[in-house]
Amino acid sequence: MGKRKGYFGEYGGCFVPETLMPALEELEKAFYRAKIDKNFNEEFESLLKDYVGRPTPLYFAQRLTEHLGGAKIYLKREDLAHTGAHKINNALGQALLAKRLMKKQRIIAETGAGQHGVATATGAALVGLSCDIYMGTEDIRRQKLNVFRMNLLGANVISVDTGSKTLKDAINEALRDWTTNVRTTHYVLGTVFGPHPYPLLVRYFQSIIGREAKKQIIQKEGKLPHCLIACVGGGSNSIGLFSAFLKDNVKMIGVEAGGKGIQTGFHAARFAGGAKGIFQGCLSYVLEDEDGNILETHSVSAGLDYASVGPEHAYLRDTGRVIYTYATDEEALEAFELLSRLEGIIPALESAHALAEAIKIAPKMSKDSIIIVNLSGRGDKDVQEVARIKGISL
Amino acid sequence: MKGFAVRKKLEEVKKQGKKAFIPYIMAGDPSLEETARRLKLLSEAGADLIELGVPFTDPLADGPTIQRAAERALKSGTTLRKILNFLNEIKEEITTPIILMTYLNPVFCYGIEKFFKDAKEAKVAGVIFPDLTVEESEKYRTFAGKYCIDTIFLVAPTSTSERVKKIVKASTGFVYYVSITGITGSQLKLDNTFMEHIDFVKSLGKPVCVGFGVSKPEEASYVAQFADGVIVGSAIVKVFHETPEKALNFIKSLREAI
Ligand SMILES: Cc1ncc(COP(=O)(O)O)c(C=O)c1O
Repeated sequence: MGKRKGYFGEYGGCFVPETLMPALEELEKAFYRAKIDKNFNEEFESLLKDYVGRPTPLYFAQRLTEHLGGAKIYLKREDLAHTGAHKINNALGQALLAKRLMKKQRIIAETGAGQHGVATATGAALVGLSCDIYMGTEDIRRQKLNVFRMNLLGANVISVDTGSKTLKDAINEALRDWTTNVRTTHYVLGTVFGPHPYPLLVRYFQSIIGREAKKQIIQKEGKLPHCLIACVGGGSNSIGLFSAFLKDNVKMIGVEAGGKGIQTGFHAARFAGGAKGIFQGCLSYVLEDEDGNILETHSVSAGLDYASVGPEHAYLRDTGRVIYTYATDEEALEAFELLSRLEGIIPALESAHALAEAIKIAPKMSKDSIIIVNLSGRGDKDVQEVARIKGISL
Repeated sequence: MKGFAVRKKLEEVKKQGKKAFIPYIMAGDPSLEETARRLKLLSEAGADLIELGVPFTDPLADGPTIQRAAERALKSGTTLRKILNFLNEIKEEITTPIILMTYLNPVFCYGIEKFFKDAKEAKVAGVIFPDLTVEESEKYRTFAGKYCIDTIFLVAPTSTSERVKKIVKASTGFVYYVSITGITGSQLKLDNTFMEHIDFVKSLGKPVCVGFGVSKPEEASYVAQFADGVIVGSAIVKVFHETPEKALNFIKSLREAI
């Protein structure tokens, strides 16, 4: 953390219309209160256990390991969490915060892959808040199943047809809604991004992933892993995993969406193809043109298809603590199929990006080294889209 | 004219016992040549200051009218760089002080100091950054001061008195009072808490102009009763785009109402 409030080195900050500032100040206060509030934390932890199903297992992927012939590969099974992805940890935490500590009546959220939308709708149903979810029309097309799930859960999905019709446009609309209804509404941002205190708040709720993984690997192997790998959309599942190991001698790799390749311009690899910029509330790496306008992105995976990245990641990259790379659509699709065949686990396309990196590096590592891949979510939501890409009609 | 022209202009207007009329248009919508014509028209129709928008791909404080104007402007290839060059070329022809309204990222990418330096060169009188909070503004204000450009910050109905004090202090041109919790182009609704709040803002001694949601002469006239100036954005952008032949009369009617 940097010295200035809400900064990670030079990244982060709070760049929003003034109308939202009092709400962000209120949220910051509620967050600091929640951190030390025994009742709140007890309720949250008991929900994580009995409702979400935590701790999620750390699974040794024996067949994948044998197939690759190098490092032992463990999967942190966030796909087994209720609603099928890590997003539930944060959504539940924020829904509880909105209801118990901020006394809000309504929550809103943005969603790309739909997982955060489903998680937020679930949190809203559980604590009894009304819920609207913003989603780009392109993502609605790609993630129909999740749209239906949100509706079943009682949430209203509002389609966003502006710009690239994906996650960034959904965030703009959610911010506009929040600006209009800020007195009664809490905005459940889905990742470690946006204005302070969101990057810290979301990390707090997701840090459970890393704490569990650390305990589990020591139980199973008696030592720390050599390497952690996670995909990076906004960066919440990766920060969740990494945060518990930042002070340890463990290598960490964040995998962005390489889309059709960096040279083609059709990707969402902010570190490989972006520059510093101020966007949607904070200073970080952004895909932008030289005039400061935001570029359109592309990824086969809706959850990684975003023009910017959490400010803490920008900082971790500059300091060299975490290495950032990317996997292309094609590599992710191969990993998607490989894990399904070898382990009987259909991963989310987002998580398949992290797997693709493990597939690249594991064979070059010794057999006694250990990799933990964060399996951020399950692939049920993606099977229709993958079938479409393969030209199979269901 | 030496800098801080926004402040000077408002003092002038006040001395005449009048309220300022501040129209907004988007630069480059649909082209910069047309923008030059519109700036002249606004000037001749009695604008005291003109807010000129810089198009941005993700204008999150704006409603659909201004967002679409930004899309048209981007489509015509308008960038901050081109706008500053354009203003430099026409600076002798337009005497009404111009306030640039731009999201931060174009400025950040241009280079913060270079922006203020070139803006000064182009006779830009003031700046409004809708996504710059007073907390993050120190660097921007330092350069604004160095190049004698007025900084205008926004106060919202949700702003606490603590925040209002900080914002008023940071504003050198005027304080931009956002009349509603919402985005540009929303409907105007003013209640008693609004009156109390704006009175508090005014009590801190800087000129206060009101914008967001003012779209008719009657509203402008009403708002002018308790503000030092009235800002009209979406309604003007709309009339220029949809019925340009009616623009002059509409703008004159706003001017007269204020
Ligand atoms: C399964 C899954 N993994 C990863 C992500 C990427 O988000 P983040 O980087 O914040 O974890 C998403 C986002 O929608 C997702 O649904």
